[in-house]
Amino acid sequence: MTTLALVIGAFVAVSAVVYVAGPFLREPAVEGRADRFDELEPESRRALELAEQRDRALAALKELEFDHRTGKLSDTDYREQIGPLRQQAADALRGLERAEQ
Amino acid sequence: MSELGRAALFVCLALALYATVAGVLAARERRRRLAVSAQNALIASFGAALVASVVLVVALLRHDFSFTYVADHTSSRLPWYYCLSAFWGGQEGSLLLWLLVLSAFSAVAVFLQRRAQDLIAWVVPILGVTGTFFAFLLVAVTSPFATQAAPVEGLGLNPSLQNPYMVAHPVALYLGYVGLAIPFAFAMGALLSGRTDERWIIVTRRWTLIAWAFLGIGQLLGSHWAYEEVGWGGYFAWDPVENAALMPWLAATAFLHSVMVQEKKGMLKVWNMLLVALAFSLSLFGTFLTRSGVLNSIHSFTEGSLGPWFLGFICFVVVGSLALIRWRLPLLRSKTKLESLVSREASFLYNNLLLVALCLTILWGVVFPMLSEAVRGEAVTVGAPYYNFFLRSFGLPLLILMGIGPLIAWRRASLRSLGRTFLIPAAVALAAAVGLLAAGAGSSTPGKIAYSFSAFVLGSIVLEFVRGTRARRALTSSSWLRALGQLVSRNRRRYGGYVVHAAIVLLAVGIAGSNAYDSSAEGKLRPGQSLSSGGYSVTYRSLTREPKGNHVELRAQVDVYRGKSYLGRMEPGKNEYLAEQQISNEMAIRTDFLRAEDLNLILDQPNTDGSIFLKMLVKPLVNLIWLAGIIFVLGSVITLWPDAREQRRLVERYQAARTFSRA
Repeated sequence: MTTLALVIGAFVAVSAVVYVAGPFLREPAVEGRADRFDELEPESRRALELAEQRDRALAALKELEFDHRTGKLSDTDYREQIGPLRQQAADALRGLERAEQ
Repeated sequence: MSELGRAALFVCLALALYATVAGVLAARERRRRLAVSAQNALIASFGAALVASVVLVVALLRHDFSFTYVADHTSSRLPWYYCLSAFWGGQEGSLLLWLLVLSAFSAVAVFLQRRAQDLIAWVVPILGVTGTFFAFLLVAVTSPFATQAAPVEGLGLNPSLQNPYMVAHPVALYLGYVGLAIPFAFAMGALLSGRTDERWIIVTRRWTLIAWAFLGIGQLLGSHWAYEEVGWGGYFAWDPVENAALMPWLAATAFLHSVMVQEKKGMLKVWNMLLVALAFSLSLFGTFLTRSGVLNSIHSFTEGSLGPWFLGFICFVVVGSLALIRWRLPLLRSKTKLESLVSREASFLYNNLLLVALCLTILWGVVFPMLSEAVRGEAVTVGAPYYNFFLRSFGLPLLILMGIGPLIAWRRASLRSLGRTFLIPAAVALAAAVGLLAAGAGSSTPGKIAYSFSAFVLGSIVLEFVRGTRARRALTSSSWLRALGQLVSRNRRRYGGYVVHAAIVLLAVGIAGSNAYDSSAEGKLRPGQSLSSGGYSVTYRSLTREPKGNHVELRAQVDVYRGKSYLGRMEPGKNEYLAEQQISNEMAIRTDFLRAEDLNLILDQPNTDGSIFLKMLVKPLVNLIWLAGIIFVLGSVITLWPDAREQRRLVERYQAARTFSRA
């Protein structure tokens, strides 16, 4: 039993070491930029923020439409709120376009 | 084989430690291969924890009493399934289960999010340090692989744990406790990496839902166990161990609501971070409560080996997470504000305040006896009246908010709209209150309020489904059933959430009914004598004694009648466990599904002259609590079901953002 335990134990330890060392064994001679993982640049972060704003505004418009359709919002409330939301969505889209240019 | 178990745990510790150190280095210096290597170490730590767990399971099933843990928690007569559940029946085994589940969840979370390298880079060391802590405890403080000269027989398993619910309940709870480590790691990873965009929220929401669902299921299984096994007819006693699971569940419930406000409005970012940290700290605190010995006495905690380590780690987590949130405050500031105090987001805010207030009052009730013992040398316990007062004070407003919230629109709602949407649920609530009074059930004010509020919430949920289906039908011209299916599948979180709300309402009705309108009787009975309560009468016939497996069953034969009709025989009793030399109560339960009530018989005292001391309890509506559990699972599954549209939208969003940096 002790021998079996030793064999299994050694197998577990060696497998773990090989698996953990895997990235270095597969790519032994990588240096510099090639060994850097992707990180969002400031302009990408800004684009991501704008994309989130756009998606949030579009989702809010959909939600507003649904709330109106299900009677949670009166026509007056709906008309009051849809303008600013459309504005938000348009601002986010314009921001994204500007960033692209 | 104990050497293999010890070696596997040591390998697990080394891997978790490597994942922590290499993970920090990789994240700081953005070294790709080192980051992947750290991730691999975290994944491999699951393999090592699995090997250690298999060794313990084999030892338990083989009754290998040379393992101290096996001898302390099993006996050769114990059925195999209870030998298996003894894995988590003791301190060392349950900590190994923590490590196994943590490493498994860590491996899955890291594997699924491996493409978001900059976010996951900091998640790995956070999970690594948690894994290191638990592996260290098992290697250096309290090992499940300690050995001894094998005794002829083991001490057996505590009889109250020899129950099918105790096979599943601890596992479900641990899946919940440990599951909260993943949202915590992603939240802290987001702070450390500066990636405080929505990505961490989306990953965290799903894992929090999983953990929250398991915590809820675990608590219901535990309540059912207490109801069946403890033999007092109740299902929740505000015991610190029960509170330990309830607190992180409440914090996670608050987070699941407030995270929607962050997604929809970009608000409450700091609050959400705090809630994630609170939920994980409370899950650690729950494990600390049950495993440190602190509940027996503050002195047994300081004398024990585990308590100080746990307390130290909890302090590290609390202080560390607060420091990180403080450091990243500029990134977490919201650009939008609450538009109106009468809006969906405002109702979520009120719900959050009530949930956190309830959670903190329970926490105070749990720690007060420890603090009083530490300061004054005498533990002053906080009883059920304290908890019940706060449950009523915060729970009833929470209940009504469950009905109000879904009816209010996002951003702001006018009084005119509110009046229109509230009309039907309010009428349903009023009808329920009048109906209760007419039926003579107005004796309990909290019961009456709870039922009226429950009727309001159920009315609003049904209304939401009806209005949503009607709106969907108007768009697609499909059948009612198809429109309902489309409605739910297009917004699983919202409608799954409503199903969970319906479960909570049933739970509230069950709790209120079984407490406010229950009845009981007790007395000494000789064969042929009867006892009556709640419309039932029971007649005691005889007492039997029969050996069964690892115990002897003592059963009273009791005939049950409602009016003059005979309903059948019930057999309350006691089990005498031989190896454990302990006696357990075996309550007899008769469920009437049509009346939704239980008749419970408890054999309190069998006497040598053949007489018995019998207690009978009639619990109206108690079955709704267990039905609520099934509906809770259904709602959780609907909510958790992956949404392909959301996934596609996110992938497009992140690909577009990355294209920007390359352009």
